[in-house]
Amino acid sequence: MDGAAPLFRMEGISKRYGGVRALEKADLTVTAGSIHAILGENGAGKSTLIKVMAGVVAPDEGRMMLDGSEVSFASPAAANQAGIVCIFQELSLIPELSVADNIVISDPPKRFGMIDRKAQRRMAEEALARAGASDIHPLALVKDLPLSRRQMVEIAKALARKPRILILDEATSALTAADVAKIFGVLKRLREEGLALLYISHRMNEIAELADHCTVFRNGRNVASYAAGSKSDNEVVELMIGREYSHIFPPRPVRPESVAAPVLEARNLSWSGRLHNISLSIAAGEVVGLGGLDGQGQRELLLAFFGVLRGLSGQILVDGKPVSIASPAAASHDRVGMALIPEDRKTEGLMLPMTVRENLSFAALDRLSRAGFIDRGAEQRLIDDMVGLLAIKTAGLDIPVGALSGGNQQKVVIAKWLMRQPRIILLNDPTRGIDVGTKQELYQLMRKLADAGAAILFYSTDYDELIGCCDRVLVLYDGAVKRQLVGAEITEHALIASALNIHPRGEGAAKGGEA
Amino acid sequence: MKEWRYWLAEQRGTLLAFAIFIVMFAIYSANHPAGFTANVVQTAANKGVLLAFVAMAQTLVVITAGIDLSIGMIFTLTNCMASWLVIGTGLETAFGVVAVLGTGLLCGAVNGAIVIYGRLQPIVATIATGAVYFGLALLLRPVPGGSVNEDLADFLTGRFFGVVPASLAALLVVVLIVWVPFRRSELGRAAYAAGSSETAAYMSGVPIRRGKFLAYTLAGLLAAIGGLFLTFFTYTGEAAYASGNAYTLFSIAAVVLGGVSLFGGKGSAIGAIFGALAFRTIGDLLFVFDFDPLWQPLFQGVILLIAVSLGAFALFRVRNRLEWFL
Repeated sequence: MDGAAPLFRMEGISKRYGGVRALEKADLTVTAGSIHAILGENGAGKSTLIKVMAGVVAPDEGRMMLDGSEVSFASPAAANQAGIVCIFQELSLIPELSVADNIVISDPPKRFGMIDRKAQRRMAEEALARAGASDIHPLALVKDLPLSRRQMVEIAKALARKPRILILDEATSALTAADVAKIFGVLKRLREEGLALLYISHRMNEIAELADHCTVFRNGRNVASYAAGSKSDNEVVELMIGREYSHIFPPRPVRPESVAAPVLEARNLSWSGRLHNISLSIAAGEVVGLGGLDGQGQRELLLAFFGVLRGLSGQILVDGKPVSIASPAAASHDRVGMALIPEDRKTEGLMLPMTVRENLSFAALDRLSRAGFIDRGAEQRLIDDMVGLLAIKTAGLDIPVGALSGGNQQKVVIAKWLMRQPRIILLNDPTRGIDVGTKQELYQLMRKLADAGAAILFYSTDYDELIGCCDRVLVLYDGAVKRQLVGAEITEHALIASALNIHPRGEGAAKGGEA
Repeated sequence: MKEWRYWLAEQRGTLLAFAIFIVMFAIYSANHPAGFTANVVQTAANKGVLLAFVAMAQTLVVITAGIDLSIGMIFTLTNCMASWLVIGTGLETAFGVVAVLGTGLLCGAVNGAIVIYGRLQPIVATIATGAVYFGLALLLRPVPGGSVNEDLADFLTGRFFGVVPASLAALLVVVLIVWVPFRRSELGRAAYAAGSSETAAYMSGVPIRRGKFLAYTLAGLLAAIGGLFLTFFTYTGEAAYASGNAYTLFSIAAVVLGGVSLFGGKGSAIGAIFGALAFRTIGDLLFVFDFDPLWQPLFQGVILLIAVSLGAFALFRVRNRLEWFL
C-alpha cells in the first residue's frame, strides 16, 4: 500500500475455533477513500477477518489500530461506535419491525426520551434515497420484502450509521442487476466522500469494476496485496490455490464411461429463484461432487432431492422412472432408498441428549419393527454391524451421543442412514469440523459404498475432497450448474476458476451440465 | 401500497380483536335481560378489566418471545398484600398502593433477572417463581379476609358522570402512562427486536438485555395493578390457587386472541386488552342464553381453538419445509 496514512490496520491477527485455524497472523491495511477487495476461496479466513473487525468475534492474538491508536471491540455496537459498520452476508434485519425501525435501530432519534417517529421516518427516507432504494416504503415490514429488497434495506441501514469504514460481505449476492448498478454508484460516491470500503465478493467482474486494491487470503493468511488490475484472473486464481495436497484419498476406480444406467436423475429442477434448471444424473457406483462457492444452491439442491422444498418444478427420476418425493419420509422409503447426511449434525442429524443406540435406529425404526414393536435382537445386530463398519469409538451404546467427539458424532449420523441400506446417498459437507483421521475413514467409506452399488452426491466446501473423492464434479454458480469436470479435469485450478465463473486460458473446453 | 394500508397491516391483529369483542358484546348486551345500560356495561367492564391488566402484563413478556407463567400468582400475591396495606387514612392508603405496586415491580424484576442473567428458559423460571409468589400469598392470607379502603375502592369501581365505568378509565390511564411510553421507547423497541430475532438484534447493537428486563419488570407492575383492582372489587384478599392459575392461562388466551404472536416481536397490548374483553364476553354469553354454567369452559375452549387456528394459515406459504420448525 502506498499514498495516504492508513485509517485502519490489523497486525498479526490469529483466531482458532477448536483445533481449526481460521486466521493465522493475518495483516490488513485499509486506507480512507478507497475500495479494498478481499479475495479467497471457502475457508480462507475472509469471514473471520471481518467478524474480528466488526467486533463479532474476539481475536486470540494480534492488534488493531484505528487512526494510529490501538483499539479493541467487545461487541458489534462498540465497532459501530468507532465507525466500522459491516453489512453481513446473513442479514441482520429484524423481520417483524418496519423498514424505518430497522434503519435507525442502533440509535433511534429521540424526543423527551421517546422515539421520534417523524425524525425516524425522515432519516429512513434519506438513507433509502442514499442507497438508491427510494422505492421501498419505510413503513413496510421487513419480513414482507423479497430478499433483494431486504439487502437494500441492509445497505441503507449501514449508511444511516455514518460509517468511516464500511464492510460489504457478499452484499450483492442477492441483488438484481439493476440494484447492483445502483449500489456501485453509491459505493463510488462514498469512496469520493473519503470512506474506506472493504468489499468481499466472489464476482470477479464486480471486483474489476470497483476495487482500488486487492488482498488475497489463503489458509487464514494474507498472501498477496496488489493494485487492482495489475494481475490477470489466471494469476489471481493461482494465488488462491496453494494448499498442501494430502494423499489420504482412496484410489478412484477406472471405469468405462456411462456403462451403468443412472439411478438418480434430475431434469430442469428450479425452485424459488434459488435453483435454475438443474439437470444431472448419477449412476450406481458413482461419486459425483457438487462444487462452487458456499451458498450457490448446493444445499437447496440436496434438499430438493430429499423432498424438503415445496413448489419445486422439474422432474426427479429414480431408476429411470419419475417419482414425486413429498417429504423426507417419502425420500427414505425403500421404494426410493435415499438418505441425506445433513450439514448441521447438531440440529438436523442427531438428538444430542439421547443415546447412541436410539440415535442410530431412529431412521430405520420402520424396518426394525414387527407389528409396531421394535425387534430388539434385529436392532442390536444391525447396530453392531454399523459400529463395526464405521469404527465408531464410543464408551457404550447407551451413553448420550452428545458425549462423543465431533468425528464420532458424524459417524453416528452416517451410520444412522446406512442402517436403511440406501441406494442414493446425499452428503451435505459431511466433513466440516471433524479431524483428519475421521475424514480419511469417511472417504474410504464413501468409496466402499459406491463400489457396493450406491449412487453418491457429495457436496463439499473443501476442494481437496472433491478432487480426491469424486468421479465427476458439478460446479454450481447462482443456483445453476456452470460446469462439469470429469476425472483428471478435476483440479484445484479448474474448481476455483469455475466457482468464480471465469474461464482461465489453458483449460480444456468447458463442458456444460449434461442432461 | 398506500400509507394507510401499512398502518392497517400493522394494526390488523388489534383491529380483529376489537371486531371480535364488538360482535360478542353486541350479542351479549342485545340478549341481556336489562339490555345495553350503564349498569350492564359497568359490570362487564369490572370483570373484563382485571383480565385486561393481566393480559397487558403477559403481552410485554410475550413480545420478547418469552412467557410469564407467574403472572397470575403476582396478581394473587398483590391482592393479598393490598388487603392488608391499602387501608386507613389517605396517606396510609397511598403508602399501601405504592407498596403493592412496588412488590409487583420487584416480582417482575426477579423474573427478568433470572431469565436474562440466569439464562433460564422463561417457562421454567416463571413456574418456579410463580410457586414462590403463591407461597408468599398463602403466608399473607392463610384464609380469605382483610379489607380495603372502601372510598377508594368504590370510586375506582363506580362510574364517572353516571355513565363511564371508572375501571375502564383507569385502564385507559394505565395504557397511556405504561404501554404507550414503552411502545415508543428505545428499550421497548429493543424488546420487540429481541423477540423477533435475537441474533439480528445483537448484531445491530440493540440493548437486548435492558429491553427484556424492562418488559418483565413492567409486566410485574401491570399484574400488581390488576391485583389492586381485584381487591377493590372484592374488598378482600384471597390466596386462591385455582384463580391465580386461571388468570395466567386466560392471559395467554387473551394475548393470542389479541393478535400478539407467541413467537415474539409482534403485537400490541391494546390488542391483548380487546382480546381479554372479548374472552370475558364469550364466557358470559352463555349466561344470557340461560345455558348451564357447566358448559362455559368447553365453549370458551372451542372459541379459543378456532381463534388460534387462524394463525396457522401462514404455514401454507412456507416453501422450505425445514422452516416449519424454526
